[in-house]
Amino acid sequence: MLAHLPILQVVLPLMAAPLCWFLNRSKLVWMFALLVCAATSVNSILLLIEVMKSGPIIYELGGWEAPWGIEYRIDQLNAFLLLIISTIGTVVLFAAQTSIQKELDEDRHTLFYSLYLLSLTGMFGIVATGDAFNVFVFLEISSLSAYALIALGRDRRALWAAYQYLIMGTIGATFILIGIGMLYQMTGTLNMSDLATRLVDVGHTRTVFAAFAFLIVGICLKLALFPLHLWLPNAYAYAPSIVTAFLAATATKVAVYLLIRFTFTVFGISFSFTTLPLQSILMVLGLMGVFAASITAIYQQNVKHILAYSSIAQVGYMIIGYSINTSTGVMASLLHLFNHALMKGALFLALGAVMYRIGSVQLSQFQGLGRQMPLTMSAIVIGGLSLIGVPLTVGFVSKWYLLIASVEAGMWPVAVLILLGSLLTIVYIWRIVETAYFKPPLPGREAVKEAPWSFLGPIWLLVIANIYFGIDTRLSVQVAQAASQSLFGINP
Amino acid sequence: MNLSLALMLQLTILLPLLATFAIAVTGQKPNLREAVTISTSLAVLYCVVNLYQALNAGASISVSWWALMPGLEISFVVEPLGMLFALIASFLWLITTIYAIGYMRGHGEENQTRFYICFALAISAVMGLAFSANLFTLFIFYEVITLSTYPLVTHAGTEKAKQGGRVYLGILLSTSIAFFLLAIILTWFVSGSLEFKAGGVFDDNVNTTVAGAILVLFVFGIGKAAIMPFHRWLPAAMVAPTPVSALLHAVAVVKAGVFTVLKVCIFIFGLDLLPKLPTTEFLLYLAAISVLLASIVAMRQDNLKARLAYSTVSQLGYITIGALLATSSGVIGSSMHIASHAFGKITLFFCAGAILVASHKSKISEMRGLGFAMPITMAAFFIASLSIIGVPPAGGTWSKWFLLMGTVETGYWFIMITLMLSSLLNIAYLLPIPYHAFFPGKDHPAASSGGIKEAPLPSLIALTITTLGCLTMFIYPQPFYELAKAILTVSGVSHGQ
Repeated sequence: MLAHLPILQVVLPLMAAPLCWFLNRSKLVWMFALLVCAATSVNSILLLIEVMKSGPIIYELGGWEAPWGIEYRIDQLNAFLLLIISTIGTVVLFAAQTSIQKELDEDRHTLFYSLYLLSLTGMFGIVATGDAFNVFVFLEISSLSAYALIALGRDRRALWAAYQYLIMGTIGATFILIGIGMLYQMTGTLNMSDLATRLVDVGHTRTVFAAFAFLIVGICLKLALFPLHLWLPNAYAYAPSIVTAFLAATATKVAVYLLIRFTFTVFGISFSFTTLPLQSILMVLGLMGVFAASITAIYQQNVKHILAYSSIAQVGYMIIGYSINTSTGVMASLLHLFNHALMKGALFLALGAVMYRIGSVQLSQFQGLGRQMPLTMSAIVIGGLSLIGVPLTVGFVSKWYLLIASVEAGMWPVAVLILLGSLLTIVYIWRIVETAYFKPPLPGREAVKEAPWSFLGPIWLLVIANIYFGIDTRLSVQVAQAASQSLFGINP
Repeated sequence: MNLSLALMLQLTILLPLLATFAIAVTGQKPNLREAVTISTSLAVLYCVVNLYQALNAGASISVSWWALMPGLEISFVVEPLGMLFALIASFLWLITTIYAIGYMRGHGEENQTRFYICFALAISAVMGLAFSANLFTLFIFYEVITLSTYPLVTHAGTEKAKQGGRVYLGILLSTSIAFFLLAIILTWFVSGSLEFKAGGVFDDNVNTTVAGAILVLFVFGIGKAAIMPFHRWLPAAMVAPTPVSALLHAVAVVKAGVFTVLKVCIFIFGLDLLPKLPTTEFLLYLAAISVLLASIVAMRQDNLKARLAYSTVSQLGYITIGALLATSSGVIGSSMHIASHAFGKITLFFCAGAILVASHKSKISEMRGLGFAMPITMAAFFIASLSIIGVPPAGGTWSKWFLLMGTVETGYWFIMITLMLSSLLNIAYLLPIPYHAFFPGKDHPAASSGGIKEAPLPSLIALTITTLGCLTMFIYPQPFYELAKAILTVSGVSHGQ
């Protein structure tokens, strides 16, 4: 059983997705999906423990040996990602039943859960697999189900947003496929570690350069790096609340993982950063992303839009950490991956709770909610503080390491810009706080009640995690450190 | 007493923190709620006094909680400067609580439970800050103070409170994130340590340009020290209820700022390195200009609390100057000024609040002749003003004396003249208030008290105690002087005092 953990992670939700249709009763399906998600979380925890203890696990699918068969390869990096995705996926799902009752028609519930599980399968697959083509397959699974999930939104604009995402996402996926195809053409293999050894000989050819470019652009589209982020704000804003919370906390993280995996493991650091000027390109784009997205966030009227643009800015931070190209930088990036999932999970879920009670997340509708929904709003405040990076929250931890990394690498201006970026965060977070706490309730609206516990439970679980992992950083820092050190080939 | 000293040290931080829960639970019963606050502040004061005695007896007390990140521990230590700050803060918390009971009830404020919760939280953070053993711990508590006092500043919940709160949080949070945090990270990067160490953490051959730049970042980043141009938050914070202005914006928050400046100057840079840095002189002049300008602005304020706020900005400049002078008399003067200004300014704010509650007046021009209706309040105002100005028989005399000595020793004549000039300005903007209160002039009917009576008894008791404090510190300044001198011993500086 223990030996099959890597494949179970992917197969469990994949098998469970069609099974949902047999149950076909909203509540039952929910409980089933929840059970499956919880099982994958346990699975990912076991995997992480195993990997931290005894190094990477290699699993050969169907017993076929590596270059011929598909191999799953779990090291610290993917185990960490699997843990993030599965736990956030589970926590978010807790609130799903309450939320979709308001936001989706009854006959769509089963569809919702099975798509949710499929999307999860795709993400697990991307992260777990050690085969480049397999990445593409799972990418399509997760993306297609994500498009459908977004299109479920009741707002008619959700269709347009999903369509936009579909077009952009498909372009991204196609680019990735072209890149992989070219690599296959040059090396004759699709296995990542095999690719890595064979690429050394052909690394100077123009085909490999082109493959690299296609892959990077495709992945950056998926991770919504500025200026390839245009699909994200509407997709997040008009999707059902649960979908937003789920995707915001997981989808872009998977793309960041792909970027790291391809540049570090497949192409190698020297190729990506020395032969090609990836560092300066991504550093500039990351910084521009932080500022452009944060400034745009300040002017939004829809709170989901505010946080969506904030997500783009946070992706910018991850990319900055990544492009510093030191062990500490990548570690900061990975930490932020984890921490950002906690923050955005909490914040978007809280927005879901607001949506549930008042049916809108326009900023103007937030008036007076500070008094009427005190627990939800204080969750937003704490999540917001974490986003700003106030000490004793997770946001501070990742910002600290990001700053240390940039100063260590001698990039003082970057450190200054990172700090200035967080000042912009204060502005857009405080717009929400001031509206909720200092404006009187909207006239003519019935008194709003606090969100139900099925919402508050998961929201506050994430909020407490935001504080807990901001105080006790052992788990996140250790794992992130181990993962980034193994990428750089440093043995702790 | 059986409690170990290490436990007591932690209790000073934990007790107010735990009290927040107790206050929340007892929120429905105001008397019980206030009893919780008062007994907590008594307990904290008890612990601090015990620690003080132990420190005097030569005990070394330190506690380490846990490492937030590898190499960055949250840990506490009792040393003289922190002790001084903790003593003042815990004592004045008790007094302010007594005052607040009278004020908040007399003024019929809403959301009193939230008020007391945030207050206790802020005090807990102040204690943590006072006893911080390293810059990292200090920074965490520094930010907690900012955040926990934001609801206090915006207590009224009005549009004006919102604006004030925006400036308050905007400046304090921005400067701390953009400059203070950067300075800390650079310090860590350059010296490899954030520990408060005697003689500083930088080694002798550190690049003085870099260290000088870090010093500038520190002084600007510690926005709570209110050096111009980052002083706007303090007048903005005056929308808060008066007990908040009194304790937080005359004692806890602003003193946390100058305390941090002192800590950084003494224990991060060290008094030997400080004068060698190329930026020290620039900062000294900046602080001097801040002192002078703030005094001038204060003269033009008609709102009493605004005038006091600008006066605070000016007085904080004195303390920063003393720290930057980096001589023994400068440090002694600064540390004692923390104490004497705290007592003086809190009394003035208490009086302002008492006037507001009793007569609903906040404008100075309306306070003529008020001395007959509120003799105790106005007499207290007079004595506290003397302390701020720095003339006998009030405590401010000593601290200003040492500060002036510091400027003379280092030969900064311009700064000495600034300080003297500012003292004259203090006279001009503070003394007319009690003067006109008792001598309203002929064309002003003296008996226009119109049924105005003295403030509620708890408030009156509180402001009498702090006034007596001002006087006592003139006659018997030894405890604070000894502590201030001990700072020099700890920091490893030989001194001629």
